[in-house]
Formats: sequence, structure tokens, C-alpha cells
Amino acid sequence: MTASKRTRIGVAAGRLAGALSRTLTRGQGATISGRVINKIAPNALEELADGQRVTLVSATNGKTTTTRFLATALTTAGRTVTTNSTGANLTSGIAPTLAGAPGPGDAVLEVDERVLPRVIDPLAAELLVLGNLSRDQLDRYGEVHAVSESWRTTMQSHPGVAVIANASDPHVVWAAMPGKVTWVALGLGWRSDAATCPECGALLTWSTDRFDCPKCGFAQPATDTVLDGDTLVLDGTRIPLDLALPGRWNLANAALAVTAAAHLGVDPTQAAESLKSVTSVAGRYMHVPLGDGRSARVLLAKNPAGWTEVLRFLHRRDTAVVIAVNARVADGKDPSWLWDVPYELLRGHENAAAGDRRLDVAVRLRYAEVDHEIERDPVAAARELDGDEVHIVASYTQFSALYRKYGGGA
Amino acid sequence: MTAVRDSAVRIGLIYPELLGTYGDRGNAIVLVQRTRWRGIPAELVEVDAGEPIPDSLDVYIFGGGEDDPMEMAGAGMRESKANIERAHTNGAVVLAVCGGYQLIGNRYIAADGEILEGIGLVDVETRAGSPRLIGELVAAPSDDVNWGEFGPPRALTGFENHGGRTSLGAGVAPLGRVLAGGGNGDGTKTEGVLAERIIGTYLHGPVLARNAELADRIIAWVAGSIPPLEATLEQSLRADRLDAAMVRGVHKWWRDRMLARG
Repeated sequence: MTASKRTRIGVAAGRLAGALSRTLTRGQGATISGRVINKIAPNALEELADGQRVTLVSATNGKTTTTRFLATALTTAGRTVTTNSTGANLTSGIAPTLAGAPGPGDAVLEVDERVLPRVIDPLAAELLVLGNLSRDQLDRYGEVHAVSESWRTTMQSHPGVAVIANASDPHVVWAAMPGKVTWVALGLGWRSDAATCPECGALLTWSTDRFDCPKCGFAQPATDTVLDGDTLVLDGTRIPLDLALPGRWNLANAALAVTAAAHLGVDPTQAAESLKSVTSVAGRYMHVPLGDGRSARVLLAKNPAGWTEVLRFLHRRDTAVVIAVNARVADGKDPSWLWDVPYELLRGHENAAAGDRRLDVAVRLRYAEVDHEIERDPVAAARELDGDEVHIVASYTQFSALYRKYGGGA
Repeated sequence: MTAVRDSAVRIGLIYPELLGTYGDRGNAIVLVQRTRWRGIPAELVEVDAGEPIPDSLDVYIFGGGEDDPMEMAGAGMRESKANIERAHTNGAVVLAVCGGYQLIGNRYIAADGEILEGIGLVDVETRAGSPRLIGELVAAPSDDVNWGEFGPPRALTGFENHGGRTSLGAGVAPLGRVLAGGGNGDGTKTEGVLAERIIGTYLHGPVLARNAELADRIIAWVAGSIPPLEATLEQSLRADRLDAAMVRGVHKWWRDRMLARG
């Protein structure tokens, strides 16, 4: 890789800005650092991606974990891998990641859903991994259909780029259809944001395992690659997914990652085995000590789709639950989605409402007839709850604060 | 004193899969619970998209939705217009939020001039406008006869997220006067619409979760005199949101940027 002087200066200045940001504001620094780079060297992404085979991973939920899974599979297979492990997934976060590349090889980059169309060309991406689309931060990003439309336009102008995509999500299917797609049927999950057909606007019909549009024929695409419980069926071969990370949603992340690894030439069974080594992803699933011999496990849930998956997991366990919600810019400033989440599932658990918006959470829990404490600090709240097992489920900025404080996050 | 009813109060959540983008289900949950907690039976009735809207409900809740779903909801509402009107004439309440508010009006005129006909339950008309109005919204309720025996509730808080510019017909009362935020956005500093047992509003939150006094007025419209119900937690939330809406402009922008770092 031969970066120009301009790019090298840009990257150096960006790193300095990042270090200042970390020192002065305790931010993670990647975003400001990338902004400086882009300002000084607008062609930095092209230059820095030179020599890298670039895979982009995007979704509303699960992109950081899917990226980590894929990077782990490739690294275990002996590849040289560059990846944005801090989750800095904006244009400005990708440059410093690539600038730190150990050499030519595979770049596995998580990218924000709205940024994907802008970086596909400068990075000359060869593979896209597309997970799911649901409502998230409506005040900032607008409604779901706009995102899938921008992806679809990108696919139409890049018919040669390979895509691994979730066949069970109507928005993703509609977006990816024009591309060269390997479909993975991950099973139906959150469907509340996909009532109508993205193609013609008619009501979609849903059965237990597929969706169809009765009017225009838009439907779940047929595929031989299917997530069946905790087994990935990949072109007829059954590959067990034995993960250290909890929840059905991580099996879906793993299925996408293993399919992508196979596309990139890694033996899928070995790829699947390597995922066992992933125990925490940029602070997700880390344990925070409570100071009384117990610890709380931290989960990130940013939107109703993510929350609904997390609750399905928690309500079967004997665990206390702290619901820590902020509504700052990076969370989305409107937490009305709390009312689309079936918190009724937490009846009978020890619970607490925490975060800036603990009163919104508490009112929601009151109407769900779920007992709860109210305490701003999520760790203090966890300490107040009885039980051997405690989970803190945190919105994005609540989670980031915990990661910085307890997770060794930069 | 609780009115004597021979059946449960039927709270209708209309087309939740089409008109439910902003937690609108919460308004139905709040009404059902605050009715039940007073010892009055209540049931939640969901009317699925594609189904006719019956005339047998006590409350009709229309929420907000994305463009395609809103068009489809509008078509269903027009087909069931006679049922909704009959129910309302016979004493039912209509609560319509955001897209639903636009659809109970005469029409919605999109940016490209395309017209989405409403059901004309209230004399309002909405045009798509720019910029989108996003943020905390506070309104002082109109002092209007339509509130009934309790009089107007105290200041209403919510979160707005819409591109609508809604103008009220002559003699039509707004829900309130805007203290912070955009509201109807047509330059009149008004928010929403208030008619006899009809509320149209841009307040999300959901609005009844943030404003228990408004929820209780709707319940009283349906169930008659109702006993008071403790709402300490709801009032704390309302106070918290009123505080948040006070800080505005550049100062607020800067503060939010600082809070959102990382």
C-alpha cells in the first residue's frame, strides 16, 4: 500500500485529533479523527482501501457482531484482516481503521445503513453482507422505507457486487434483489415495520416461515441456505453454530458471517467453529462488577426490534433486569418505541428503570404492570436488585458510557 | 361516580400495523389500563388492515405511519367512513395522531401535488411542508367548551416528527396553542384540532402516556363521571419533559452535541 503524502498527513492529523478527543472529552475518537482525515485528504478512502479486498456489513441490528464474527473466521483461517472493531461505522470512522491496516488482505468493515451507498465506490467493495432493516432513530434517519430504497438504488448501479442477504426481511430482500445475491433464510423476526409490500404497497401476507405479496408476486426468495435452530444449512451441508454469545439474534449474525466467510474461500465448518472464541463484542455481553460479589451482563438494545429479541431471551431466565434508556442524538430523541416492546414479559422479574429517560421507562412498566425500581445510574440500579443473575439492557449512549467505564473501551 | 355501563369500554386500535410507527399502541394501552384501574371493564380491540372498521367501538385510535401504509390506511378509513361517523354521532371518541390526524381531515396534499383524501371528520387540510418538524412539542390546551365537565387539561407535552402543515377551517378550534415546537406548522402557532369528542394532534410520546389528564378526559367522555386516579409517576414524566422543552435554540443544539459524543 502506497499512500500519498497528503493521505499520510491527513491520517496523522486525524490521529492527533482522535487522541485529543479521547483526552479532552473521553469520546472514542474515531469519528473526529476520520473527519479531519476526510478534510485534508478527500481521496483517502480510495488510497487506503487499495490492496484490500473489502467486505461491507450493514443492518439496523447486529452489524457490529456480524463484522466481528466474519473477521474472526477470516483471521482464524490465517488471513490478514483489517476491521473496525470499535464500531465506528461512519465514513469518517472507516479511514482511520484502514490507515491502521497491517498490510494488504481482507478488510471487513461495519458500515452504517445510511452510509453504505456513499462508501461502496471509494472502497471498491467486493462483497456486501446485509442483515435486517427496522425502525431506528426515526427523528434522525427517517422511516425504514427510505433506507431500503437507497440500498436498492445502490444495488441497481452495482450489479456486479456480490451480496449475502437475509431472505426473511422484506425490506432487505427488496433492496438486494437487483444485485448478485446469495440469500440466507434467517427466519422471521420483527415484522412490524414491514406491513406493506415495498414494491407495490399492498398488504403482505405472512405465514410461519415466509412472506408473500398477493398482488404483485414479491415474495421471500427461495434459497438452500437456511438457519435451522442452531444449525446453518449451507447448500445442503449442516453446520452447527456453537456460540459463546447468547440469543437467537446472534445465531442469525453467525449464519450471515459463516455464509460470507464461505464466499471468501474459508471452510464454513472451520469458520463456524472459530466463532466460539468470541465472548464479547466491543462491550456487548461484557460483565460489570457490582461490588457485592455479583456482576451484571450488559446487552445493547437500540430499538423495538432489538428489544423484542432481547426480551424473548430474558423472560425465560431467572434474571433481574435493568432497563437503561437515554434519548440523546445517537439514541434517537424519541423513545416512544418503548410502547412497541412487550415489557409485559418481565412480570415476575426484579426490574429497574435507569438512564436519562427512566421516567418514560417507568411509566411504560407501570402500564405493563411490571414492578420496578427507579434509579438513574444503571450499575447502582443493578446493585439494588436481588438475584444471582443481573442483566443491564442499555440504549446506545448508556451502553457506550458503561463500555468506557468498565469495558476498557477507548 | 362510575357511570353504569352494561358492557366493557371498547378501545379500538385501528390498523396498528399501518398506523403504529411511533409507539401509537401506547395510547390504547393507557386508555385500557386507566379505565380498568377505576374498576370499569375495558377491552382492547385491534382492527387489522384490510378489515372494515366497525361502528361498535367506544374509542377510535388512529396513529401515524409511513407513506405507503398511510395511503392504504386512508383507503380503509374512507370505506368505513359511515361507520366511524355513526359511532361518533352515538357517543364514540376519536383520537387521531400525526398521520391519523391528517386522515381524519379533508385531505393531505403531498409534495408532488398528489392528493390523499381523508374522511372529513374535522374541517382541516394538510399540505406537505419543509422542513420536517422534529422535537419536543408543548401546547397550552384551548379553553373550549368541548373539554366537558373537567375543563381543559394542563399544558400537553409530546414529541413531534412530521412534515405536515395543517390549517384549520373557519370556526374550528385547535387542541391548543404552541408553547414550544411546531405543531400545526401553518404559521398560526396552533397545535392539533379539538371538536366534540374528537382530538387530532401531532403529539407523540405517546401523548396519553405523557399526559394522563388528557387520557382521563377521553375516558370521561366515554364512561361519564369517573373517580380520580393516582398519576404521580405520569406527572413526574410530564414535568421532566416540560423541563426538557424549555431549553431551546443554539444552546440546546450545543448541549445535545456534547451529550451525544462518542
